[in-house]
Amino acid sequence: MTSELDIFVGNTTLIDEDVYRLWLDGYSVTDAVALRVRSGILEQTGATAAVLQSDTMDHYRTFHMLERLLHAPPKLLHQLIFQIPPSRQALLIERYYAFDEAFVREVLGKKLSKGTKKDLDDISTKTGITLKSCRRQFDNFKRVFKVVEEMRGSLVDNIQQHFLLSDRLARDYAAIVFFANNRFETGKKKLQYLSFGDFAFCAELMIQNWTLGAVGEAPTVPDSQMDDMDMDLDKEFLQDLKELKVLVADKDLLDLHKSLVCTALRGKLGVFSEMEANFKNLSRGLVNVAAKLTHNKDVRDLFVDLVEKFVEPCRSDHWPLSDVRFFLNQYSASVHSLDGFRHQTLWDRYMGTLRGCLLRLYHD
Amino acid sequence: MPGKLKVKIVAGRHLPVMDRASDLTDAFVEVKFGNTTFKTDVYLKSLNPQWNSEWFKFEVDDEDLQDEPLQITVLDHDTYSANDAIGKVYIDIDPLLYSEAATVISGWFPIYDTIHGIRGEINVVVKVDLFNDLNRFRQSSCGVKFFCTTSIPKCYRAVIIHGFVEELVVNEDPEYQWIDRIRTPRASNEARQRLISLMSGELQRKIGLKVLEMRGNAVVGYLQCFDLEGESGLVVRAIGTACTLDKLSSPAAFLPACNSPSKEMKEIPFNEDPNPNTHSSGPSTPLKNQTYSFSPSKSYSRQSSSSDTDLSLTPKTAPYPQGPRIYLCPSSPSLSCGSLHLKKSCLLLSESSLIPHHSSLVSPVLRKSVSFSEELFLAASGMGSGSAGKEGGPFKALLRQQTQSALEQREFPFFTLTAFPPGFLVHVGGVVSARSVKLLDRIHNPDEPETRDAWWAEIRQEIKSHAKALGCHAVVGYSESTSICEEVCILSASGTAAVLNPRFLQDGTVEGCLEQRLEENLPTRCGFCHIPYDELNMPFPAHLTYCYNCRKQKVPDVLFTTIDLPTDATVIGKGCLIQARLCRLKKKAQAEANATAISNLLPFMEYEVHTQLMNKLKLKGMNALFGLRIQITVGENMLMGLASATGVYLAALPTPGGIQIAGKTPNDGSYEQHISHMQKKINDTIAKNKELYEISPPEISEEIIGSPIPEPRQRSRLLRSQSESSDEVTELDLSHGKKDAFVLEIDDTDAMEDVHSLLTDVPPPSGFYSCNTEIMPGINNWTSEIQMFTSVRVIRLSSLNLTNQALNKNFNDLCENLLKSLYFKLRSMIPCCLCHVNFTVSLPEDELIQVTVTAVAITFDKNQALQTTKTHVEKSLQRASTDNEELLQFPLELCSDSLSSHPLPPAKEHLESASSNSGIPAAQRDRCSSWIELIKLKAQTIRRGSIKTTVTVEKASPVGDGNFRNRSAPPCANSTVGVVKMTPLSFIPGAKITKYLGIINMFFIRETTSLREEGGVSGFLHAFIAEVFAMVRAHVAALGGNAVVSYIMKQCVFMENPNKNQAQCLINVSGDAVVFVRESDLEVVSTQQPTANCQSSCTEGEVTT
Repeated sequence: MTSELDIFVGNTTLIDEDVYRLWLDGYSVTDAVALRVRSGILEQTGATAAVLQSDTMDHYRTFHMLERLLHAPPKLLHQLIFQIPPSRQALLIERYYAFDEAFVREVLGKKLSKGTKKDLDDISTKTGITLKSCRRQFDNFKRVFKVVEEMRGSLVDNIQQHFLLSDRLARDYAAIVFFANNRFETGKKKLQYLSFGDFAFCAELMIQNWTLGAVGEAPTVPDSQMDDMDMDLDKEFLQDLKELKVLVADKDLLDLHKSLVCTALRGKLGVFSEMEANFKNLSRGLVNVAAKLTHNKDVRDLFVDLVEKFVEPCRSDHWPLSDVRFFLNQYSASVHSLDGFRHQTLWDRYMGTLRGCLLRLYHD
Repeated sequence: MPGKLKVKIVAGRHLPVMDRASDLTDAFVEVKFGNTTFKTDVYLKSLNPQWNSEWFKFEVDDEDLQDEPLQITVLDHDTYSANDAIGKVYIDIDPLLYSEAATVISGWFPIYDTIHGIRGEINVVVKVDLFNDLNRFRQSSCGVKFFCTTSIPKCYRAVIIHGFVEELVVNEDPEYQWIDRIRTPRASNEARQRLISLMSGELQRKIGLKVLEMRGNAVVGYLQCFDLEGESGLVVRAIGTACTLDKLSSPAAFLPACNSPSKEMKEIPFNEDPNPNTHSSGPSTPLKNQTYSFSPSKSYSRQSSSSDTDLSLTPKTAPYPQGPRIYLCPSSPSLSCGSLHLKKSCLLLSESSLIPHHSSLVSPVLRKSVSFSEELFLAASGMGSGSAGKEGGPFKALLRQQTQSALEQREFPFFTLTAFPPGFLVHVGGVVSARSVKLLDRIHNPDEPETRDAWWAEIRQEIKSHAKALGCHAVVGYSESTSICEEVCILSASGTAAVLNPRFLQDGTVEGCLEQRLEENLPTRCGFCHIPYDELNMPFPAHLTYCYNCRKQKVPDVLFTTIDLPTDATVIGKGCLIQARLCRLKKKAQAEANATAISNLLPFMEYEVHTQLMNKLKLKGMNALFGLRIQITVGENMLMGLASATGVYLAALPTPGGIQIAGKTPNDGSYEQHISHMQKKINDTIAKNKELYEISPPEISEEIIGSPIPEPRQRSRLLRSQSESSDEVTELDLSHGKKDAFVLEIDDTDAMEDVHSLLTDVPPPSGFYSCNTEIMPGINNWTSEIQMFTSVRVIRLSSLNLTNQALNKNFNDLCENLLKSLYFKLRSMIPCCLCHVNFTVSLPEDELIQVTVTAVAITFDKNQALQTTKTHVEKSLQRASTDNEELLQFPLELCSDSLSSHPLPPAKEHLESASSNSGIPAAQRDRCSSWIELIKLKAQTIRRGSIKTTVTVEKASPVGDGNFRNRSAPPCANSTVGVVKMTPLSFIPGAKITKYLGIINMFFIRETTSLREEGGVSGFLHAFIAEVFAMVRAHVAALGGNAVVSYIMKQCVFMENPNKNQAQCLINVSGDAVVFVRESDLEVVSTQQPTANCQSSCTEGEVTT
């Protein structure tokens, strides 16, 4: 006696959260059944393995059918085939677009192309996430990227509108899209200590302050429809950043800046002497990063540079985080007292974001 | 020119990409009704086109409005080649044709393609303007309401229940026409869908005409089925109960208006019947009965003839119609002999009296088959039912005869209803059923479906006479079904013989004293259990005791019925689903030989199914079955029997005895031990079940019960011939003690297997209950969460060495595993109850068994569930008494003009004249009897004649017309695509149905040539069923409804050809589209509506009991 066909269709589509998770995690039906057996569900319910197998198959089939709709979540809301309560729909979407930290760290900032997709095998081996799950996550990134790529307006809003994600998940996707678009390098060894959260935080700050959309309602370049408001960095701003070089190139200005900072911080900083000794190096590092951002290559290395030029030196001197904060605050604020410096707004736009990023990046 | 149909195409969405180059679609829409077609403009390059068309207007006959579906086709425009079809939507506009229902159909419909499934959606608005033309000779029956619900719909009151209506139409199946060889599968499927849609429209219209003729305005319990007879054609048939319904929210002023015009409603004279014994049993010998059954078989004439042929006349005009008979009419008598041996060997149930008793009879062959038929009868009817005790007996018999003759004359005494207002049912006799095996033949002329008509007429006559034998004048819970394999077809009909409340039959015009006596005897809550026939003339042997409730009337020890549990019945504990499952191998054979083989197997299957049911019932410690449905399915090489019912413990019936096991070889020590071990297991199971289902009847000492019974208790399983039944049979007392035990004799391995299989049925996990009736006895506090589902399983049997035992085990496992899976899947709803569990078995191929289950899981409140049954009973009693006054004032339209003057004799005259009028030549009768047929068990109908005759009756009825123009009701909120609930029940827990929008009756075909790509057979069918649900929901939503009640999947025919990567499936579903309001939201509304009181109490009755 073999079962040829075995289905269950409810008027309200049954969604088993546990099975959904197993499906999302890319387990085969057999593996999923084994995992469910191990969870002790048989003992709880008095069911048999055959029942579990049939149940799992059913759910997998349902998910498989739903997957097509999940690719365009608004369709899931308007479709008529599966009657699913709104709360369940939200859960389906949210879980489907959820991703693994380990996976996202691997592909963050990489081009979402076929080439990267080929590397998913390695990523799967490295992270222990099933290839199927890797593919789903990668395809999600790519799909979101494709949809919002050409859109104007707020990146987060666009994502939320077209994928019906929660605010938090939409922000994460905005970061992923932003990183993918600007191809920030995140895979270097010295960046390994950073979490996705760290990058996402920075991405948000950068989107808010450094992109075209950040400038305000009226874009600076009205006709450049090819520039995506939130995804591309404001080129003009990057060009302007060269002007900041004067802060380190002009010796007087540098000294003055240093003395202003040191005066303000004397006695307040545990690592005052180290700071004093390193001030010029640090300042040079920060300003040079800004000046280099005109080149795409250097934009990609932004985080590598920040870590190399600022985080690592401070860390080697064992600066506590509070001292870093004091320093950066004072460092940015003191520029306002430099009479000879004319690019105060530019400096604030640059340093305001950078300060936030650096504080987030500064940890072990 | 009575109607103008207006259609507007608004927009489309989620269309498929039809142009690969642009990834877009240039869509336009064709709107077709009858032979008229309109087109929208092409909306270029969009997957979400906004056509916003003008109103397309069709001016059509109302006849066409009823028959034709509106057909909407979405196409992709192609400049250079033919336009590609994206898909179609069929809209049944019938709901727009009667008042009170929907006024507009507006909403998003899935665009359906038989090859690709659902491909996007289209927004359509449909309206109908009907013109009055009252005086016209009617071919249409606009205005007659149809309900699938098998009880009086919730917001209506039955003014008159007219009775049975039936109709069938036949046609050639497009799939088997020559043109099918040259057209695409899509075209073929669409032709079929369209034809069936047309046929069901026509059928509905014709039934509507019959209803108007009877002066009714609605059909309740409407059941429409398709018989896919393959080569020989396509039959669409329907049965229902014609009623005059009155909307409850409108004041009762309508009532007299409805009553007065019914001139026919002459009172039934209630004076002494000159011939009271017409159907009481004269001494009849089994031999005599048998002579009818063994009518000589002749050649099989396949010509169809007058549909009025009454094939069962012979037994009916017989002077002794009451005997349970089995019509074994195989071509050769020796076959019945052969089957007898089989019967003996597989006889589980052993009555020690069986053999000695029979030996007293004359002809061995006849004798045995007679006794056998009695067994069957007994099992089927579940010990029948009780009649008046000593005092009431003669009077009741008289009364019964009168009402019965009235029903015979004027009415089809069949009711497709399964639930009745309290007090309506006086007595229930037991299950009556009839089966007949037929050979299908090509339907030569679709306009003359007489052959099929005659077949059903025959069966209905059989049912009728069986009911009569049970002392009942009516059959309730009546249904019909078929099972077809190649050219063999089994027709089945079953119902519950019953005596209906005479008050409803004659509307208070009877002589006062009689009425008064009636009132005295009027049923209390145990009344329906009392046997309806004379105890001294029992149609079959039964074990009677005094009712455990009133102690006045006799009751049988077990009661089987096809209806729902009456709301006023007292039940102890909870009920449970009981199933009997059975397979029998059959040799492959052709045509007549095949039919003969099937005929020979059928009685044994029925017998075993009943034995199994009885055993399982006793094992559960219960004493009554409700909602019994026995399905016999025929396949190439086997027969399957599946009986489902809900077992309960009726307080009025005696405590069931246990099951005793008797070994055949008592000498063997170890064997003995084994037996006693089994016995212990069985006893344990019974005890466990009693606990599980909370069956703890109040202890009644035997003396109290025993003393008032004057005669010694009779054994339940006495096999007496009819002639003996009037004697006090005391010599055959087989008591095993005080309690009657059911004895299982284990004489071979088969029997062992059977006992084992008894014990393998696993009870549902805790927190779960299941039943196949509307509501679970003993649970009355439903919460609002419901989940309707369909589950389908197909297993492939290993073809090697199939034995009956292996087959049985496989089938049993299949069903049990299916149930287990359901329990597991729905575990999040615990505590919950699976209601209306409906199993359907089919045998699509040699080694395939397909089981389809549809049911609804309803949650209930566990804490409230603990409330004592007593308070519940009291409540329901109160309700019953008030409802009695308020709701039950509808008389049955029974009596005829002729009847009033000649109470009984016309019965015979009529029948005789029917036979002579129809002019059946003797040869034809022979033909009829020679159809390999086997008709069993009882129930009945008077057929009104074939389609031809009824259609030409020139009688315009004004009843419907008056109503259906009152279409001023404001359109209800529509087309917000919200949640649409679906349920096989007639109600929605925690909610009140405020409006019935019309019947949903849909037929879909889905085919694929890329089975693997669609996820194999499971993926294919899963998607299809989900799509069917979606389309049903969309139609309901477009009508402005938010639920489908009485939903049923009548057919799910699945065929696969994995080698060709192909599969095809046909699904037919129906139900009633309704608007419901949550009871919590309702309070505001009901205060504004004083008349709603009645209504809500009615709803409550349904919901809480």
